[in-house]
Amino acid sequence: MSEPAAELVDVCKRYGAVAALDRVDLSARRGELLALLGPNGAGKSTAIALWLGLARPDSGEARLFGTAPGTMSARRRVGVMLQSAGIPETLKVAELLAQTRAAYPAPYPTDDCVRLAGLDGLMDRRYGRLSGGQQRRVQFALAICGRPQLLFLDEPTVGLDVDARTALWQTIRALVAEGCAVVLTTHYLEEAEALADRVAVLAHGHLVAAGSVVEVRARVAQKRIRCISALDADLVGAWPEVRSACRDGERIEIVTDAAEAVVRQLLFEDGALSELEVRRAGLAEAFVEITRTVTADTA
Amino acid sequence: MHGIAATPYPADRTFSAWRCYVLEAKHEFLRLLRTPMFCIPTLVFPAMFYLLFGVMLNRGNAAGALTPAVYFLASYGVFGVMAPGLFGFGVSVALDRDQGWLTLRRALPLPPGAYLVAKLAMAMLFAALVFVLLATIAVTVAGVRLPAPTWALLFVVEVCGVLPFCAIGLFVGSVVGGQAAPALINLIYLPMSFLSGLWIPLLVLPAILRDAAPLWPAYHLGQLAYAAVGQPAVGSVVVHVAALAAVTLFFLALARRRLARAA
Repeated sequence: MSEPAAELVDVCKRYGAVAALDRVDLSARRGELLALLGPNGAGKSTAIALWLGLARPDSGEARLFGTAPGTMSARRRVGVMLQSAGIPETLKVAELLAQTRAAYPAPYPTDDCVRLAGLDGLMDRRYGRLSGGQQRRVQFALAICGRPQLLFLDEPTVGLDVDARTALWQTIRALVAEGCAVVLTTHYLEEAEALADRVAVLAHGHLVAAGSVVEVRARVAQKRIRCISALDADLVGAWPEVRSACRDGERIEIVTDAAEAVVRQLLFEDGALSELEVRRAGLAEAFVEITRTVTADTA
Repeated sequence: MHGIAATPYPADRTFSAWRCYVLEAKHEFLRLLRTPMFCIPTLVFPAMFYLLFGVMLNRGNAAGALTPAVYFLASYGVFGVMAPGLFGFGVSVALDRDQGWLTLRRALPLPPGAYLVAKLAMAMLFAALVFVLLATIAVTVAGVRLPAPTWALLFVVEVCGVLPFCAIGLFVGSVVGGQAAPALINLIYLPMSFLSGLWIPLLVLPAILRDAAPLWPAYHLGQLAYAAVGQPAVGSVVVHVAALAAVTLFFLALARRRLARAA
């Protein structure tokens, strides 16, 4: 892998008194998907705006393919799906696709775009008369139709049903396999877990964690224990190794850093305990933990 | 199994900016055509006003040098071509800016000029349609007979006369949101038409309004149109053209600044 497709180098960007990004370094490489995670206002969309040349960094540098973003030659290599697209509602899907394809030097054939984005039967419909999920698919088609080498997807699967989301994931994976670099922001952590080669967690404009999904998940030692038990959740919650415990119907759910010790104690106290389950923390738990500690530190 | 594209990467497809411009113009036309709120008032109102006030109410009563059917052909023609400029630019630019279409376009490799060129072409096309509509009524219903060069001159005045109103519309669209734009444009459009003497000849208006009329670009376009069809006009053609050019450049410059700043 030579130079990164997209890079932020020591970037600061302020909007008024708010630091949207504070000394952030990020990069996305060909054939790799980078997921940007973080609560609302963390700076994810600002990072994308800098890469698209829609905003300029106050200091530091944003680069696409080693050059400045926003130039016509950079734009021809980039596909983009923003959160609010403002696409003219009176135009038909086929017209929008034709217009966007015409702007790229080597677009995918129309049939491929229809297949890859799941636009069957929508081509003759006006954009404004589509459902939210259908509009999202059209936006995805416009993002990929130019055969991009670098693809920005800002919350791409919001409003999609499970089938459409799975189909979209499949297309994204295929694009990555072909060597496309993808930068994706999402609120769905299972999406990042399913797609991302690398994850970057932003909070309050700071880069608080970055690495592979496994690495980021490993930042949190937590395990989650579930079992059917009659024990009092409050009493279990008071055990020294237990971070939290709560009752969920006949089950009790426990979060802990020392699963072995807690399980030993559970079995000792409740002989009738059944359906014991121990699961390591997923990206979701890691994410909550990482952003929680950062918030506590900066508060 | 899920090959990304069935067809291989084309070695060198002839990439053409021209095609982008053509599609952009075509789509701009379709957008306007599919917006009844735009095209019905734009085409019907001037024709209806001309028919009612210019032809029916003034049948036969020529007032001195003024021939009503010809005079109001020019008046309502100017009134008619203001609309595609003001609304075609003002409302749609405000909406496109508001909803993020302009932002997305800045990230796409669309030719930067295509958006405005397409809008301009469509405003001129609608101005031409208004001209044809009024001319048809003039010839068939009002029995107006003008020499071909006179018709041609009126056509040029009206189709080019849309430009200053495009610039004003563009500026309004770059300042206000999509919700406010139609109201604000109407507040500019209707009073300016009245104060420029397009509905009622200026001679009939109070002196203070008559004296203030040269402030309005529609007044200058109106005088050019009257002069074109041999109706009584005030002032010199050069001054009117210069005033309209100045208005165009002024609002264009303001709009450029606004749009360059808006993210």
